[in-house]
Amino acid sequence: MTAPILRTPQIGDDNPILRARLHAIWETAPGWRGFLSSVDHKEIGLRYIVTAFILLACGGIEALIMRLQLAGPERRLLSPEQYNQLFSTHGMTMIFLYAAPVLSGFSNYLWPLLLGARDMAFPRLNALSYWLYLASALFLYGGFLAGAGPNDGWFNYVPYALTDYNPGYNQDVYALGMILLGASTSVGAANFIVTAMKMRAPGMSVNRIPIMVWGTLTASAANLLVVPSVSLAFFLLWLDRRFGTHFFGGMGDGQPLLWQHLFWLFGHPWVYAVVLPAMGMVSDGLPVFCRRPLVGYTLVALGTVATMILGFGVWVHHMFATGLPALSLAFFSGASFAITFPSMIALVAWVATIWLGRPVITTAFLFFASTILLFVIGGVSGIMTASVPVDLQLTDTYFIVAHLHYTLIGINLFPVVGATFFWFPKMTGRLMDERLGRWTFWIMFAGFNIAFLPMHLTGLLGMPRRIYTYPAHMGWDTLNLVTTLGSFILASGVLLFFINVARSWRGGAEAGPDPWGGPTLEWAVPSPPPPYNFAVIPTIASRHPLWEEALDEERARSSLTRGMMLDEGKETIATTPMDAEPERLVKMPGDSYAPFALTLASLLLTVSLLFQQRVAGTIALAAAGAALLFWLWPRRVMLERAEARHD
Amino acid sequence: MSAPLNYLSAAGARAQAVLPLTWFLLIVATASCLLFAYAILAALLRRRPPTEDPRAIVRGGNGVHIINLSLIATAIPLAIALVWTMVAIADTGLPPITRSLVLDITPHQWWWEVRYEGPRPSDSFLTANEIHIPVGVPVLVKLHGADVIHSFWIPQLSGKTDSIPGQINKSWMRADKPGRYRGACAEFCGAQHARMGFEVVAEPMAAFARWRQRQLQTAPPPASDLQAKGLAVVQYRCALCHSVRGTDAGSNAGPDLTHLMSRATIAATLLPNNRGALAGWVQSPQGVKPGALMPDQHLSADELNAVTAYLETLR
Repeated sequence: MTAPILRTPQIGDDNPILRARLHAIWETAPGWRGFLSSVDHKEIGLRYIVTAFILLACGGIEALIMRLQLAGPERRLLSPEQYNQLFSTHGMTMIFLYAAPVLSGFSNYLWPLLLGARDMAFPRLNALSYWLYLASALFLYGGFLAGAGPNDGWFNYVPYALTDYNPGYNQDVYALGMILLGASTSVGAANFIVTAMKMRAPGMSVNRIPIMVWGTLTASAANLLVVPSVSLAFFLLWLDRRFGTHFFGGMGDGQPLLWQHLFWLFGHPWVYAVVLPAMGMVSDGLPVFCRRPLVGYTLVALGTVATMILGFGVWVHHMFATGLPALSLAFFSGASFAITFPSMIALVAWVATIWLGRPVITTAFLFFASTILLFVIGGVSGIMTASVPVDLQLTDTYFIVAHLHYTLIGINLFPVVGATFFWFPKMTGRLMDERLGRWTFWIMFAGFNIAFLPMHLTGLLGMPRRIYTYPAHMGWDTLNLVTTLGSFILASGVLLFFINVARSWRGGAEAGPDPWGGPTLEWAVPSPPPPYNFAVIPTIASRHPLWEEALDEERARSSLTRGMMLDEGKETIATTPMDAEPERLVKMPGDSYAPFALTLASLLLTVSLLFQQRVAGTIALAAAGAALLFWLWPRRVMLERAEARHD
Repeated sequence: MSAPLNYLSAAGARAQAVLPLTWFLLIVATASCLLFAYAILAALLRRRPPTEDPRAIVRGGNGVHIINLSLIATAIPLAIALVWTMVAIADTGLPPITRSLVLDITPHQWWWEVRYEGPRPSDSFLTANEIHIPVGVPVLVKLHGADVIHSFWIPQLSGKTDSIPGQINKSWMRADKPGRYRGACAEFCGAQHARMGFEVVAEPMAAFARWRQRQLQTAPPPASDLQAKGLAVVQYRCALCHSVRGTDAGSNAGPDLTHLMSRATIAATLLPNNRGALAGWVQSPQGVKPGALMPDQHLSADELNAVTAYLETLR
C-alpha cells in the first residue's frame, strides 16, 4: 500500500486547452503497436463486443446446421459424432464465448463512462482479460476445426468425458480451454468489483449507481467465487484423463456425481451472471424511452443481488433425477420457486415504467420491451422445472431446450441487440438505421418465437435432448420442421442486424453526444468519447445527473463542466465504496505489451499441456514469468509518493 | 397423432399422480404470459393527456405499490405449487409397500439389460430392451450403473431416474392398463444416445406369468442342418459378446439372445424384428447404428443365411 497522496487536485472548468493536454496524456499509440498494447477500456470493450458477435455468428451457423439435420426424421446430413460435436460446441460457444463476454464488452466500454471515471481500476488487467478470452476462443475453436471439439455437451458429464469412453483430444481441449477462459473471467470479475467500489465519480453513492453496474457487479462477485472452482474441476478432470487420478470415475474409482455438483455449483450462478447485466441494460435503457426514471430503483437493485444469492442455492435442480434423497430435493425445489420473486420485481418494474411513462417507440425500445415478454415465457417454464416430480418428466426433453433459449436469447441476445442500438451512437458517433432496425426487430422476434414456442410442445410430446435424429411417427415431425423454419428466420434477422452495424459504422447519421436525451453520465461526453472520457471529473448529486432540471429530485445539482482536472499525468480519482467521497489520486498505467505477452505465454503453456510437451511447457512458464516481471517492474511515473513531494 | 413419448397422457399410477400438478403449472404459466403480454400492450397503448413536448422528462407516479402488489399476487400460486410439489414428491417418491416385482436394470451404451430375479437361482434370467410387467402391480426398478450415465424414462408410466456408475438408484412404476409403452434413455451417453429406446409391455398377470415361464427355458436344439450351421457360427462369433442359454454362447457383454424372437424390435427399438432387418443388423450394425459397440460381421451369404435361420428359432 502506498500512503495517500498529499497533493490537492486542481479544480477547473472544462476547456479546449485542458482537453488537448489530456488527449496527449491518454491517447493510445496509432497502428499495430497501439493495437497490441492499448489499455483503453473503450478499445478493449469494442474488441470484446466484436469478438463475441463473431462467435455468436459461429454458434448460430452451428445451430442452423443442426436444425437442418433435425428438420425431419431420420435425416443423414450429419453423422452422430459430428452432431454431438456440433451441439457441444454450440453450447460452449453461446454460453461461454458469446453470452458472458459480450456483456463484459458492454460493461467494459460503458462502466467508466457511467461512473464518471477515466478508466477501469486495473487497465492492464483489463487488456489481459480480453487477450486471454481471445486466446481461449482460438484454442477451443482450433480443437473444433481439427476435429477435436467437445463432444459431451457444455456440461461435460463424467464418466463419458473420461478416456475410457472418450479417448481423443476432444475433452482435453475443452478442459484446458475452459481453464484458460476461466483466468480471463476471473481477472475481469476482480477488475469490475474494484472499479465499482473505488472508481465512481465523487458523489455517486451506492444508491445512485446505474442498474447495469449493479448487474455486472453482482455477476462479477459470483464469477469470482464460482469460476476458479469450476476451473479447478476441469483441472481435476484433466488429471483423471491424463494422469490416472480417480476423482470422477465411478465403480470404486471416484464419484461421477461429484462432477455434477462442482459443475452446477458453478453453472447455475453462471446462468444468472449472463442475464443480470443484460437485465441491467433493460433497466437503464427502457426508462430513457419512457421519458421517466425506472420504477422501483431500490427494489430492482436489491432484487438483482437477491437473485444471485438465491442463485447459489438452486444448483441441484439440474440433478433432480440423479437419485439424491427426497428431502434435499425438496429444499432445492423450494429455493428454485423462491427465485421467482426477485425476477418478478424487475419484470413488473419494467412494465410499470412503460405504464407510468410516455413511451417513444424506437428499435432499442422494441428490443427492451420484448425482453419483458420473452423473460416471462422463459421464467414460467423455469418455474415448472422447479417442481421435482414435474421436472422428472420435463428434464432432458426439448421443453428444457425451449426454456433455456427463452432465457438466453430472451434475456441476453434481445437486450444486447437493444443495447447495441442504444449505445452504438455513443461508441461510433453514428446512429444505426432505424428503418432497417424495425425490420430487424420484427424478423428476429417472429423467427425466434416461431422457432422456440412450438418447441415447448415438442418437449411435452417427449422428444429427448441431444439426439442426432429421431424416428418418424413420434409426433415431432411437423413441430421440428416449424422450428427449423423459425431458426432460419431468426438467423436472417441477426444477419440484418450485422449488416446494419457494418453500414452504420461508416455511413450512419451523425449522433451528437446525446441522441436519446439520456439521464446518465455517458451522454454528457462526446460521441465517440475522447480517450480520457471526462475532461474534468464530474461531481454527482443525483441518480440522473442529466435529468436534474426536469426531475428536480434533489436540491443540489451535479457538476459536469467544473471539477478536478487531474491533468498532471495519467491519473484519476479513487473514492470511498459507499458514499463515493474522494479518497486518493490514482496513477494509471500507460499502454503495455505485458498483457499480450503474458497471454501468448499462457496460450503456449496450454498447448504444451495439451500435447504434454515438457520443454515447450517450461519455456512457456519462463516466458509467463518474464512477462509478469516486466508487468510488475516498478516505474517512476507510477510512484505516487514522489509525485506528492513535488507539491 | 401418435406420440408414444408424450407425457401429458399417463397410463400408470406414478405418472398419473404428477399430471394434475403439471396441468396446474402449465395453466398458471400460460396465464402469466398472457397477463404480461396484455399488460405490456395496455401500458403502451393507454391514453395519455397530450403534452407539448412528447420527449419531455416527466417524474410521474412512484409506482412501487405495483411491484408490491404483484409480489403478493405471485406468492399465492407459488405457495400452492410448492405445497402441491411436496405432496407429489411424497406420493411418487417410493413404491407402495405392497409385494412388488423387483427388476434389476443395467443400461449400457446403447441398450438395456434387464434381470428378473426369482426365489431360486434357476428362476432368474436376463433379457434386453423389452421389459414385461404385470398390470396393476408396482414394479421396483433398481438401476445399476455400468459404463456411463444413462437415464431410465417411460413417459406414460414414470419420470426419469439416472443410472450412475458406483451407485444403485431406485425407480418404480405401475401400469394400470395393458399395452406397450415406449421408453428412452434421457441422459446424453455418447454416439448413439438417440438410438437407445426400449419398450415396457404391460400384460395381465396370467400372460405375464406365461411369458416369464417361457423366458426361463433354454434354447431349443437346432432342428435342421442349416440351423445347426447357424448355431456353429453363433457359438464361434456371436458368443464373444452374447448368450444363448443352452448353448456354448455365454457372454453377457451384449444382449441375451435366448429368446430373441420373443421381442418385437431389435437394436434397442431401432428396427422391427423380422428376417430382413435381423440379417441386415447382424451383418452391418455400423451401417444402421454408427458407433454401436457391435462390429460389422462380414459373413458370407451362406453363413448369414444360416445364422438368421438359427436365430429365428430363438422364440
